[in-house]
Amino acid sequence: MTRVVHTQAGVAGDSGAPARTGLQTEAPWRRQGLTDAEYARIVELLGRHPNELELGMFAVLWSEHCGYKHSKRALRRFPTRGPQVLVGPGENAGVVDIGESFAVAFRMESHNHPCAIEPYQGAATGVGGIIRDILAMGARPVALLDSLRFGPPSEPRSAHIARGVVEGIAGYGNCVGVPTVGGEIAFDPAYAGNPLCNVLCVGLIEKERLTRAAATGVGNVCILVGQHTGRDGIHGATFASVELDAESESRRPSVQVGDPFMEKLLIEACLEIVERGLAVGIQDLGAAGLTSSLAETAGRGGTGVDVEVEAVPQRETGMTPYEVMLSESQERMLVIARPENVPAIKEICYRWGLNAAVVGRVTGDGLFTVRWHGQIVGQVPVRLLTEETPVYDPEAKEPAYLAVTRQAAAVPAVAAGVAAAPAVAAPATLTGEPEDSVKASPRELLLRLLASPTVASKAWAYRRYDHQVQTRTAILPGAGDAALLVLRETGMRKGIALATDGNGRLCYLDPRRGGRLAVAEAARNVACVGARPIAITNCLNFGNPEDPEIFWQFKEAIEGMSEAAEALGTPVTGGNVSFYNESERGAIFPTPVVGMLGVTDRPDLCRGMAPGRTGQRLLLLGAVEGPERPDEVWAGSELQALLSGAGPQGVPADVDLALEKRLQDTLLKLYEAGVVEAAHDVSEGGLAVAVAEMLIAAAEAMSLAGAGNPSLGADVTLPGDPRLSPLTHAFGEWPSRVIVAVDPGEAEARAVALLEASGLPWIRLGEITGRALLTFRLPSNSGSQASPGEMPGETEWFSVSLDEAWKAYSREPFGREE
Amino acid sequence: MSRGRVGVVIFPGSNCDQDVLWALEELGFEAVRVWHGSMRLSGLDALVLPGGFSYGDYLRAGAIARFSPVMQAVTAWAEKGLPILGICNGFQILCEAGVLPGALLPNVSRHFQCEPVHVRVENVSTPFTRGIPAGRVLRLPIAHAQGRYFAPPEVLAALERNGQVVFRYTSAAGERAAAANPNGSLNDIAGICNPAGNVVGLMPHPERAVHRSLGGEDGRLIFLSLAEVLATVM
Repeated sequence: MTRVVHTQAGVAGDSGAPARTGLQTEAPWRRQGLTDAEYARIVELLGRHPNELELGMFAVLWSEHCGYKHSKRALRRFPTRGPQVLVGPGENAGVVDIGESFAVAFRMESHNHPCAIEPYQGAATGVGGIIRDILAMGARPVALLDSLRFGPPSEPRSAHIARGVVEGIAGYGNCVGVPTVGGEIAFDPAYAGNPLCNVLCVGLIEKERLTRAAATGVGNVCILVGQHTGRDGIHGATFASVELDAESESRRPSVQVGDPFMEKLLIEACLEIVERGLAVGIQDLGAAGLTSSLAETAGRGGTGVDVEVEAVPQRETGMTPYEVMLSESQERMLVIARPENVPAIKEICYRWGLNAAVVGRVTGDGLFTVRWHGQIVGQVPVRLLTEETPVYDPEAKEPAYLAVTRQAAAVPAVAAGVAAAPAVAAPATLTGEPEDSVKASPRELLLRLLASPTVASKAWAYRRYDHQVQTRTAILPGAGDAALLVLRETGMRKGIALATDGNGRLCYLDPRRGGRLAVAEAARNVACVGARPIAITNCLNFGNPEDPEIFWQFKEAIEGMSEAAEALGTPVTGGNVSFYNESERGAIFPTPVVGMLGVTDRPDLCRGMAPGRTGQRLLLLGAVEGPERPDEVWAGSELQALLSGAGPQGVPADVDLALEKRLQDTLLKLYEAGVVEAAHDVSEGGLAVAVAEMLIAAAEAMSLAGAGNPSLGADVTLPGDPRLSPLTHAFGEWPSRVIVAVDPGEAEARAVALLEASGLPWIRLGEITGRALLTFRLPSNSGSQASPGEMPGETEWFSVSLDEAWKAYSREPFGREE
Repeated sequence: MSRGRVGVVIFPGSNCDQDVLWALEELGFEAVRVWHGSMRLSGLDALVLPGGFSYGDYLRAGAIARFSPVMQAVTAWAEKGLPILGICNGFQILCEAGVLPGALLPNVSRHFQCEPVHVRVENVSTPFTRGIPAGRVLRLPIAHAQGRYFAPPEVLAALERNGQVVFRYTSAAGERAAAANPNGSLNDIAGICNPAGNVVGLMPHPERAVHRSLGGEDGRLIFLSLAEVLATVM
């Protein structure tokens, strides 16, 4: 093995892990995020020391962000195959066959660190970056979703970040003309130092136009299209691969600035190039700019590239080859084309007002050669950059905190008081931490849950996003559990549904269960609007993988997600890993975010969550009975977060994947039969919150339609499982439950017949009334479970006027902006 | 048989062009793209300037697009009395170009707003409203950050006097109310026309309301009015 000889620091240690001295921390590779061992490996592979440019190229491609060096092995666990998968992980986006000669390309990516430093531009360039990934498949970007996590909105810095991120998504997405159709937002102190901004982009493509990002055909040329290259964002990929600290602020220049107008032109020009069959391959320029773009296309093509630095259109004078090759200037695409097609491509680009410059050519020597004024200033085998990336198998160790959170004694901080509450009790006493016992009536609890920023309406965000441009959005944000797009390209015969989900609290308490729960809920959300879940993309947000406890979380979450993905038949088509989500306030909750794609042939039968009229029946399908261990329903629940200041405690209820699958299949059967008028997943806040959300959605829909004040309510009898307290039934959280609204009479009879045939547990929950009131009753025969189809005798427990519930739900998380 | 040949002008940054093309085609028109660099508009019966962010809305919405070569032809068309509809950014461009009076300022909320609104049809003699009963309330989506209609008092008075206010934000029942005005537009103005009535601009998006499953069908009435007008002319 070649020894590392470090001229400034004298002689390095024997094993590539030299003693830490002040001088050695100045080593150039360390400044670029490479370890001593990695540098030693580079020297070994090259057979010499790299020069500054070459070191920079290695540093970015071997960074966690580009190289996936800590995650690659663990990610192999994901199920990735299925007849519907046209392109799996490893490309710019996953591509799934949806029938009718169309395919959907989709992928999610994080922009967490830039958003922590510069929220507006961080989010804006996150949107721009993922759009270009979809464009690289030759697909038209048709929708965006965002999965966001912030610190408590009461903290000024978190509020500043949340506002900035939302404005950034709006500013970029609205201008570029891609609708933002959904996503989720959650708040927790765990994200105060390190927010999460995960953006999912969906593209639509005719199967035969599918493009690969490969540089094939020796003699073909590399054309750089779009923005001039400037000094912005050099080493963004490296920045993404370290923890946030007090010095992060000084890295602000690493955050790029987006130009959505340029991106819009880029979309149109690239799609025209693809449409006319002028490109051999297309690749976006994202993290690590030209270097990674060229290396990856050459790597996929099994070729080499020879690039001319001065041919790159530059925004500033005096840029060095290093700066040009590593710049992360936004809104640029690389087109690989046959030389004879260059004039046609240039014509298209010029017409759209874009630069198009031939900057290099595809070679057969397997080398990445960089020339500047006729001289070779860097030359590295492509393979070393793309395939020799170090792959680690980091140590994994169960985190110490789990011994504490798992202890049953710690769990029922909330549950103990709750379980002891008498069957009909108002006010019920809830004991939080010993010193802060909480007295609240169930009515107050419902209102407080509805007003909790994580549960409450996100209209403050999505009303700022254009969610209708391109006119495919049939279920708008806030109106259903997933967004539904009707594809006009298929004569309105095809619909696709999209949802994102991932609950950090649950993953913190049990990453494996949390992973399963995230996949199950994302799929359930898609099924709730009437679409069959068919494939997953994901964004895995974790702390520092070099910490064994973090890496254990990572592996466990992947295991859980994989189990659920297998059980539900939804392969993973790709995604993104975001490590080092840590700040002085510690690591974030492990937060795998699942993006689920669903498809339907009957978009006309799809529904949101709002019941339509008086008399409709509410049915509860799925895990009607609670988990074996009733205290699990509070672990990581919204009520626990509300009442206990100690953070998540306990072990969350697991998902029974066979039951989950049957629930979703049955729900889709009901949809096919055309009897579903509304459906909603029971999630954060439990059953009472879910019922309230459905009626609030109805009130909102009527208000938007100009029908005035809310006129619908619900009269609901909670299930009578005797093992569980009324509060558990009202606010406890466990998976695999869906509330469905059906019309009375014939539709109801058909629904009941289908449910009886399915073998799925279900009960009648209640009905929609003409009074704007939510009434919750307890079965009077509280001791015995009512049999399906039979309304138990009941006593009123509590009521909330819909107006009050709506008001609580509509409360904006932060006050008016100054 | 086509209901007429309608050109949809595409500026760099237009992003509702395809939506307008779809709406027109589905309603039986022959819809053709008109590039912003075109100097001549021939063989067209009507013209639509669609929404979006022409030139990124940099400087000011519509401020750069008005210098596009096509705008000379558009201005000449307007003077000839041919039907022109400006939607959202298209409306902003027509105001910037002086084809329509007034200006569209940032919303009072200072944010982009995407939501359904109700507008009352105030003038039913334009080519885009002739088929709609006077006073009819339409439910249409808006999606803009700069939609607050502004004009100096004398211009505003003239607009009202001449019946140039075509659409006004109201409640669903057709009543004017502060809560029904989404952006702070003066006199609740959502859309206006030129004195001759052949050029109409409005902030809401009729092309986003031509399908029951996609936000309603009220937008159809605006395009179908044009079809009626073209049918009588032809």
